Amino acid sequence: MNTRVREVKGRELKDENQEMSGSSMLIQALARENVDTIFGYPGGAILPTYDEIYRTGIRHILSRHEQGAIHAAEGYARVSGKPGVCVVTSGPGATNVVTGIADAMIDSLPLVVVTGQVATSVIGTDAFQEADILGITMPITKHNFQARTVEDLPRIIREAFHIATTGRPGPVVIDLPKDVSIASGMFHYDDEPDLPGYQPTYTPNKLQIRKLAEAVTKAKRPVILSGAGILHAGASPELLEFVEQQQIPVASTLLGLGGFPGTHELALGMAGMHGTYAANMALHEADLLINIGARFDDRVTGNLEHFAPQATVAHIDVDPAEIGKIIETHIPVVGDAKEALRLLNEVNPKPGESVRWRMKVDEWQQEFPLWYKEGSEYIKPQKLTELVYEKTNGEAIITTDVGQHQMWAAQYYKFDHPNAWVTSGGLGTMGFGFPAAIGAQFAEPDRQVVAILGDAGFQMTMQELSILQELNLPVKVLLVNNASLGMVRQWQQLFYEERYSNSLFPIQPDFVKMAEAYDIKGYKITDENEVAGVLEEAFNYNGPVLIDCRVHEEENVYPMIAPGQGHHQMEGVKP
Amino acid sequence: MRRTITATVNNTTGVMNRITGLFARRHFNIESITVGMTENPEVSRMTFVVNVSDQRGLDQVIKQLNKQVDVLKVRDITDEAIVARELAMIKVMTVSGQRGEISDLIAPFRATVIDVGRESVTIQVTGDTPKVEALIDLLRPYGIKEMARTGITAFQRATKKSSDQTRYSIIN
Repeated sequence: MNTRVREVKGRELKDENQEMSGSSMLIQALARENVDTIFGYPGGAILPTYDEIYRTGIRHILSRHEQGAIHAAEGYARVSGKPGVCVVTSGPGATNVVTGIADAMIDSLPLVVVTGQVATSVIGTDAFQEADILGITMPITKHNFQARTVEDLPRIIREAFHIATTGRPGPVVIDLPKDVSIASGMFHYDDEPDLPGYQPTYTPNKLQIRKLAEAVTKAKRPVILSGAGILHAGASPELLEFVEQQQIPVASTLLGLGGFPGTHELALGMAGMHGTYAANMALHEADLLINIGARFDDRVTGNLEHFAPQATVAHIDVDPAEIGKIIETHIPVVGDAKEALRLLNEVNPKPGESVRWRMKVDEWQQEFPLWYKEGSEYIKPQKLTELVYEKTNGEAIITTDVGQHQMWAAQYYKFDHPNAWVTSGGLGTMGFGFPAAIGAQFAEPDRQVVAILGDAGFQMTMQELSILQELNLPVKVLLVNNASLGMVRQWQQLFYEERYSNSLFPIQPDFVKMAEAYDIKGYKITDENEVAGVLEEAFNYNGPVLIDCRVHEEENVYPMIAPGQGHHQMEGVKP
Repeated sequence: MRRTITATVNNTTGVMNRITGLFARRHFNIESITVGMTENPEVSRMTFVVNVSDQRGLDQVIKQLNKQVDVLKVRDITDEAIVARELAMIKVMTVSGQRGEISDLIAPFRATVIDVGRESVTIQVTGDTPKVEALIDLLRPYGIKEMARTGITAFQRATKKSSDQTRYSIIN
């Protein structure tokens, strides 16, 4: 990666058991946690920490808005599997990362977020740039801390990393008052955090595994719902082994894409609101549903009354609270997906008699594939996504925002490998995809990173073009530009009698000129025949590129389960 | 159904906030909550009385509580042999001639008068919820001016005897 950033030099590990300042402890602890990149933005209350960053030369990526920093940390975490670290100041700096924290919470991304805070002596007095970030982030963090004394700080940082990265991953906030970061204390960094109230279960109960194995043998119509838990556990090889041994078709959640190879003959694609017909029908008709690391989100299940009505439900999840939360579960398996699948493969149950089921599922796949109408004068966004897939050989890291472009990317980019798909699933955050791509590029400097974005979402965090310019990051930004809030417009068309309230943009900036203002190569494409050529040029260019691709403005995402409907009530399954 | 749940939690600042926030955002219906110190100064004990619609709802309450890092142990003790107590203070309107009558009335409850005013007396009673409510019912005709209840705090009994046995006395 051709970056102009200062390399991590002069970062010395200081010995433990010596006196140092709180901010120095923080940087020392980050080094011990093997943190190589911090995403952040300075400010008053966090100044001592930024002074330490300056002096140690630890790599810090300066965003242009704190939201950019936190989404970059999320993208980094999603791709690397390591915790993303974000450092911001108190008050507005901290509140600007709230969206990203909530996003990481609902999508289970490991983050450690350090927020500056006013000095302990003035906390609670409405001091300048004071906000109760502990209170604000309590419901959207896995856990949060406020360091009240410098002696507590090393333990808190150690516990924060431990909590963020183990069990079901999630964001942890450390609120760091300014005086604590200045005060000096003894630095110990114990390896084993002592948290009696936090003991995640990794090894599943063998009895439950045996029950599940028996159910597999008995099943005539089994299906797997593969969620992001597969990715967090690194369980893709075990899943592949299990599926090939048992010949069970796999439907994936949006966030689970890539956990199982998308081009595999047993891959049904994504399930849910805009999932494939085969995936949804398989869930609907199944007599055994094995959910591995998914949380039965409402966008996956549709109307719960119609969800998998005939199925025995097995659910493997590292978070016991997810089991039985939405769907009554007959075979609960609490534990790590990798470990559970390994044990299941060890038992190696006799596959059930499901030949007829396989034939039926194949038939659905062949009879009702994803479709769109080609040959109009406009660029079809589906075609665009297919061309991105083709031109990157399916090997790129793709990031998106939320909405139509996200669904098309999920439908038409067949992810064969884990951790190449970075999208805002649970929270559905506009403005996520672009900064997330920056973080992803830092996690994988040698891979092609493509941010597929809507024109509206991009405008929420496009100030981060500065990072591309500054560091010459080779991220490719592809705007699926329909000059509207596509998904909102689609719902207004379908459910609000075409009253397009505030979803069409009458005016847009010249995105190419804007790219050029940042000294970034920009293209605008309006003709489908140009797409392949421009993509090729962009992907061969070692530097940032922005492509403003004008797509058909009235294109809708299909097939679709309308709100309140069940999996068997899909619309738009055929042209 | 009404369930009594106890939890031991780290005695740290904000822990109450974490728990009540959890109940609020998950729409758990909570009837009472008490918290106090235990024999270990680093650990507090909380007792909740919650109203849940079914077993799955109850499971969620317990699992979500367990997920909190500061929560050490959660237990649904409703069906176990327990001692459960709450304290209530009831300010009752009295005219001068009635004080003796009220004293007689509260005596079997082992309640005490803890404050006397010109027009009212304040009564303190300790016991399980049915006992406290029985006394409140008896006092209501006199006119209850003010009342404060602590909510249930509960413990498992040392000897495991079924709690289903009918008790014939309201004094326990």
